[in-house]
Amino acid sequence: MSLNSSQAVMYNDTVVRQFSIMAVIWGVVGMLVGVIIAAQLYIPELNLGLPWTSFGRLRPLHTNAVIFAFGGSTLFATSYYVVQRTCQTRLFGGSLASFTFWAWQLVIVAAAVSLPLGFTQGKEYAELEWPIDILIAVVWVSYAIVFFGTIAKRKVKHIYVANWFFGAFIIAVALLHVVNSAAIPADMMKSYSAYAGVQDAMVQWWYGHNAVGFFLTAGFLGIMYYFVPKQVERPVYSYRLSIVHFWALIFTYMWAGPHHLHYTALPDWTQSLGMVFSLILLAPSWGGMINGMMTMSGAWHKLREDPILRFLIVSLSFYGMSTFEGPMMAIKTVNALSHYTDWTVGHVHSGALGWVGLVSMGALYYMIPRLFGQKQMYSIKAIELHFWMATIGIVLYIAAMWIAGVMQGLMWRGVNADGTLTYTFVESVKATYPFYGLRLLGGLLYLGGMVVMLWNVLKTASQGQSVNAPIPPVAAHA
Amino acid sequence: MSDFTNSFWPWFISAITFFGIVGCALLLWVTNKTKVNASSDNSTGHVWDEDLREMNNPLPRWWVWMFIITIIFSIAYLAFYPGMGAYKGSFGWSQVSQYEAEVARANEQVEPLYAKFLAMAPEEVAADEQAMGIGNRLFLNNCAQCHGSDAKGSKGFPNLTDGDWLYGGTPEAIKTTLINGRNGMMPPMAGAVGSEEDVLNVAHYVLSLSGSQHDSARAALGQEKFAACAACHGLDGKGNQMIGAPNLSDDIWLHGAGEKHIVAMINNGKMNQMPAQAGKLTDAQIHVLTAYIWSLSNQTQAASN
Repeated sequence: MSLNSSQAVMYNDTVVRQFSIMAVIWGVVGMLVGVIIAAQLYIPELNLGLPWTSFGRLRPLHTNAVIFAFGGSTLFATSYYVVQRTCQTRLFGGSLASFTFWAWQLVIVAAAVSLPLGFTQGKEYAELEWPIDILIAVVWVSYAIVFFGTIAKRKVKHIYVANWFFGAFIIAVALLHVVNSAAIPADMMKSYSAYAGVQDAMVQWWYGHNAVGFFLTAGFLGIMYYFVPKQVERPVYSYRLSIVHFWALIFTYMWAGPHHLHYTALPDWTQSLGMVFSLILLAPSWGGMINGMMTMSGAWHKLREDPILRFLIVSLSFYGMSTFEGPMMAIKTVNALSHYTDWTVGHVHSGALGWVGLVSMGALYYMIPRLFGQKQMYSIKAIELHFWMATIGIVLYIAAMWIAGVMQGLMWRGVNADGTLTYTFVESVKATYPFYGLRLLGGLLYLGGMVVMLWNVLKTASQGQSVNAPIPPVAAHA
Repeated sequence: MSDFTNSFWPWFISAITFFGIVGCALLLWVTNKTKVNASSDNSTGHVWDEDLREMNNPLPRWWVWMFIITIIFSIAYLAFYPGMGAYKGSFGWSQVSQYEAEVARANEQVEPLYAKFLAMAPEEVAADEQAMGIGNRLFLNNCAQCHGSDAKGSKGFPNLTDGDWLYGGTPEAIKTTLINGRNGMMPPMAGAVGSEEDVLNVAHYVLSLSGSQHDSARAALGQEKFAACAACHGLDGKGNQMIGAPNLSDDIWLHGAGEKHIVAMINNGKMNQMPAQAGKLTDAQIHVLTAYIWSLSNQTQAASN
């Protein structure tokens, strides 16, 4: 059998394997940097007094590493895995998929070097300077060609719901990245935003909130829609629910950005629109949670023996929790208390650690043994351990940040009878201090779980061998 | 409002907002009504990747109601508050008017409290326990960021408790500092002083003024060159509060003590700023704060009065 004909009947699992392994490695790296900066907030001397290791430079390194390196690699791996299997065809574009892997790793390395050196556009989650932005755009267009090319040559009539979400995520992120990163270069590693003043802020948070909505939500809902029914071995709960919540979610998210700019120079009307659409977003978000949770109906007992399923289902609970919390925090009166406090940090991490992290880990635990010709991971006990470390870590983290955030909000607004503030800023910092310790502990547990995963993955990989799955014959449809 | 550059945009915003919200409701309604051809097993009949299927269960009632309630709330909110283009909302609310109303109300509430002190001389206010409590809180809210919670300052930020004043320590001078702020400026003087050697000699002469450790041979050589400095700091080096030139003879070094710092100051000069508080604090607050700051270095007098 020649190489070409063998390729025609095999899925391209090489690129999936590469992205999966790197997702786990970048997960450890990104979370480690997170733990380091959490430790710096507790023991400031840990910044070593060096510019390269200061909080201001490591914080964007942490966010970029967990979102784009860990999250991004997971999304590439899962979307390539899912789109091939649900279209029953090999990835479109030949070596273009391989290009997306190597170029994306280059983006990550460029970020890991340039951010500590202090090169930044100063836009949250869009810090990377313009040459790296251009590389990201090139990778993203290639990704879109591979993904939609595969959809176009699918062997099954209908497009599976997971692919709607992956598709929306790819298109929206391309749009967001190009618009928000528009800048005028001053030299090779310095540029100025194409927008000014409050419009720049609005474009930034239109991007920023949709980075959450499309990168960290729509993409990961795509993961949920494949791996939950696969792992439960039950059909998706409701097709029509998936239709409503898909269209409502992708439409409404686009409006929600202004809630990041409540009570600022942004015009009142823009703030109001951001608030009401954030509220409307509650139901579409919960639609995804319901569809995943209800897929469990009749199979809840499986949660007892299957730690992978536990990752997936608990991630949905955190998804439901943070997508309830989000709309509440978008209400102006609530936001007046929560804004600029650690409550926001807690909210983001209940979504990031709880939803994005756990659903990624569940999907990776599902794929990795299959990609290495194994029936299951090297150690099920280690998955179990990882689950508990991660869950306890998240609970400690978000509880600490909730308490700290609400306390800060209340302290900052405390006013004496003579019109002076009851607390100075530094008093609120002092009151927050023990909670930074608790948060560090939570982060350490979460990172520890990820290290256990890395060990388990390396054991599984070294025990097995790389296997590219054959494409099964197309089943007859009703 | 000047939020819109022309009359097209408010209509455009209103239209897409309206159709967006109504579109959500319509999507919900249509999907709820539409019958999907279900197989006998209540699935859609589609199969992917060997065993992936979808059931055709109806939308959960409670979820549909939750969706509808958020839509109704949004429509009501946009009727009451600004959101639909240039429409200001039936409440006529804006964040600026809310802020202004809250500040006005707060000022009104505290006015009688401050009125009493405004009629008193700063020295009297300094003897009033209640006023000093307020002064301390005003200080912690507004001044401690630079001068420290104990008002003892740090490098570049003057100590307010030591009786040494750049611009004078009378209540009047303190009040002027608070209202207008101060811009301290020491020009680079190396050119006027002479060679590097001259600069070093002047530095040692300056050190000798406060009896600090110095090289007396160099100090003797530097004395003559100090004439360039005397224009501001005076021949005796005791400074000039009219222009904020510091006293060099009291061994208080705002920007660092010792030869190295003095040489750098002569060579590079220094700009230092105390920001103006007028506009940020009311006249009455500045009055109480003046008394508080004066009291920090006049505690014995305040107590004996």
